[in-house]
Amino acid sequence: MRVAVMATCLGDAMFPEAPRATVRLLRRLGVEVEVPEAQTCCGQPMVNTGYLDEAVPLVRRTVEAFEGFDAVVVPSGSCAGSVRHQHRLVAERAGDPAVADGVARLVPRAHELSELLVDVLGVTDVGASFPHRVTYHPTCHSLRMLRVGDRPLRLLREVRGIDLVELPRADECCGFGGTFAVKNAEVSVAMGADKARHVRETGAEVLVAGDASCLMHVGGLLSRQRAGVRTMHLAEVLASTADDPAGRA
Amino acid sequence: MGRTFVGMPPFPTAARTALADTRLRHNLAHATGTIRAKRATVVAEVEDWEDLRGQAAAVKDATLARLDEHLLTLEASLTARGATVHWARDAAEACAVVAEVARTHGVDEVVKVKSMATQEIGLNDALAAQGIAAWETDLAELIVQLGDDLPSHILVPAIHRGRAEVRDIFRTRMAAAGRPAPTDLTDDPAELAGAARLHLREKFLRARMAVSGANFAVAETGTLVVVESEGNGRMCLTLPEVLVSVVGLEKVVPTFADLDLFLRLLPRSSTGERMNPYTSTWSGVTPGDGPQEVHVVLLDNGRTRALADPVGRPTLRCIRCSACLNVCPVYERVGGHAYGSVYPGPIGAVLNPMLRGVGTDPVTDSLPYASTLCGACGDVCPVAIDLPGLLVHERIRVVDAHRADPRPKPEALAMRAAAWALGDARRMSLAERASGLAGRAWRGRGMPGGRRALSWLPFPGSRWTGARDLPVPPAESFRAWWRRTGRDEGTGR
Ligand code: SF4
Repeated sequence: MRVAVMATCLGDAMFPEAPRATVRLLRRLGVEVEVPEAQTCCGQPMVNTGYLDEAVPLVRRTVEAFEGFDAVVVPSGSCAGSVRHQHRLVAERAGDPAVADGVARLVPRAHELSELLVDVLGVTDVGASFPHRVTYHPTCHSLRMLRVGDRPLRLLREVRGIDLVELPRADECCGFGGTFAVKNAEVSVAMGADKARHVRETGAEVLVAGDASCLMHVGGLLSRQRAGVRTMHLAEVLASTADDPAGRA
Repeated sequence: MGRTFVGMPPFPTAARTALADTRLRHNLAHATGTIRAKRATVVAEVEDWEDLRGQAAAVKDATLARLDEHLLTLEASLTARGATVHWARDAAEACAVVAEVARTHGVDEVVKVKSMATQEIGLNDALAAQGIAAWETDLAELIVQLGDDLPSHILVPAIHRGRAEVRDIFRTRMAAAGRPAPTDLTDDPAELAGAARLHLREKFLRARMAVSGANFAVAETGTLVVVESEGNGRMCLTLPEVLVSVVGLEKVVPTFADLDLFLRLLPRSSTGERMNPYTSTWSGVTPGDGPQEVHVVLLDNGRTRALADPVGRPTLRCIRCSACLNVCPVYERVGGHAYGSVYPGPIGAVLNPMLRGVGTDPVTDSLPYASTLCGACGDVCPVAIDLPGLLVHERIRVVDAHRADPRPKPEALAMRAAAWALGDARRMSLAERASGLAGRAWRGRGMPGGRRALSWLPFPGSRWTGARDLPVPPAESFRAWWRRTGRDEGTGR
């Protein structure tokens, strides 16, 4: 099975740990991994801010780059959500049947990381080891757009040595919201402050989520507060083993 | 004249002010938290809740698809039962109808059932301008009116007020409006309700004319339905001689049987009750019983604009339950006033731009952006309106409306630039190399996890770093790593 990794623009440019861990994890599970080099950004920031025309070339590029793979894994709930739920809209705007066809072929093959692991590869125990106190934030688009349900938690529960603590009011938004984080920065921070407070209440040392963007927001607040909590992508925890623990540079 | 939303700043500015109001934050967090929990409990009791939502959406959609026919049926049924039907294109026409009825009967005051449509059209101010006093009789609406305040919630317009504030308003303002509050009034909820009851009773018994809205209008029978919790609606709908109801075009349902569905969904969604205390229905005039002159004003005021948009049309399914407000994390923190409309929260962020149109008013244009698109609203909506999807739809309409602006906004330029830089892997890779080099030179404090922190950026980056650190860009992007080593099989470190 050939699986292509969609690094996402944020993962590529700012949080390469997440797609790198995705590559490591999938290889460990015996999957043939590819990274199409023509990929850039799925267009979500533009669509979610209302700039549909601007998203057209990005969606075109995305569908072309991921043509021909058995599956596409996206280590981001919101980017996977964008592909699955918004690309059709962009294709309509493009008015180009080639884009529409490309989108139609991509949508059923695009899986968020936990979906790929649990549904496509059929594993929940990925052989990971991560002896730390962890709390998990389920991120809105994974939860309510993709409906990944408890898949990430099922994966995390199987991790050796993990001390997984429940996050209070976990399903509440962290306040990131893409350009909302700067357009309505104050509200965004007010929401994030509450999320950070709940994270601190757990006494966790690591906050885990499936979206680098939400982690950038909550992690940025926690760092500013000197809270002593670090953020890690779900892929990093799942890629971590006793011999090759996560957190190494 | 009461206060109005006119002249308020766009959402981000209004929200900033609201966030700093600690009492507001406390009142809202408490009230929305309580009602959210109640709703969740009673909704969980209904096994086929998701089915009911789907059915309700289907009934509304089918009705909206042939709204013209259903409205004509409604008009015919109402007329046959002795009601007078008026059609109002906009707020001014609707207000004029109500004022005209009042003048004909020589009344200088009316009692009002809580109604969103009459708030939407600014009826109280329009009547006041003609020397007619409109008394709100819903407890929360009374608190807002006496406090010369604005509603901040669809169901609980005074949700932003705490008990102590309500007591102060009653003590200082009730006397000027009628029967004064007892001088020893405390902030005990039962006492507050008692004071309101006595104050209002005087008005119910005196008023000759009432104004209401309607939650539903049944086309086949010409029946209007008002759902409420306090009995004030029942008083208004039965005691006065003349009754005028202002009803949005979208309130029509085809048959009496359809009510069954909506009356199951509405109370659980709005007040978190299995059933609401008072459901009043009336069909035109019943000789010798209740108002002997009944008027119905069918209100457009932008609804046909929403109807004409095939994507936006489902917004008109809304039954104004307010569940979407109560779960909205943005609403919970800023309250209703920041939205500059009687329709706040997620539904307001979609409905206002739809009713008013976009591209001309900065306040309206800011509303679809008053959301993180977290989707909590869409999940609770009893008529399954895809609110997050519609928020994006409205954003697209706002952006498109400004495409021809002679001077594009900085945001538009930034989006174009970003789309260009991200439009090609080579350009993106160059940008990453540049940011990686800049990152290497940066001597920031270490963040947990080993990255260094960017804690200060010039505007507009300061919108981020004002309260949040940002990791400095990594020395090596993912694509550079993949080129260097990742391609090779192995563990790929
Ligand atoms: S949009 Fe849905 S949840 Fe919000 S008020 Fe209307 S019916 Fe209720």
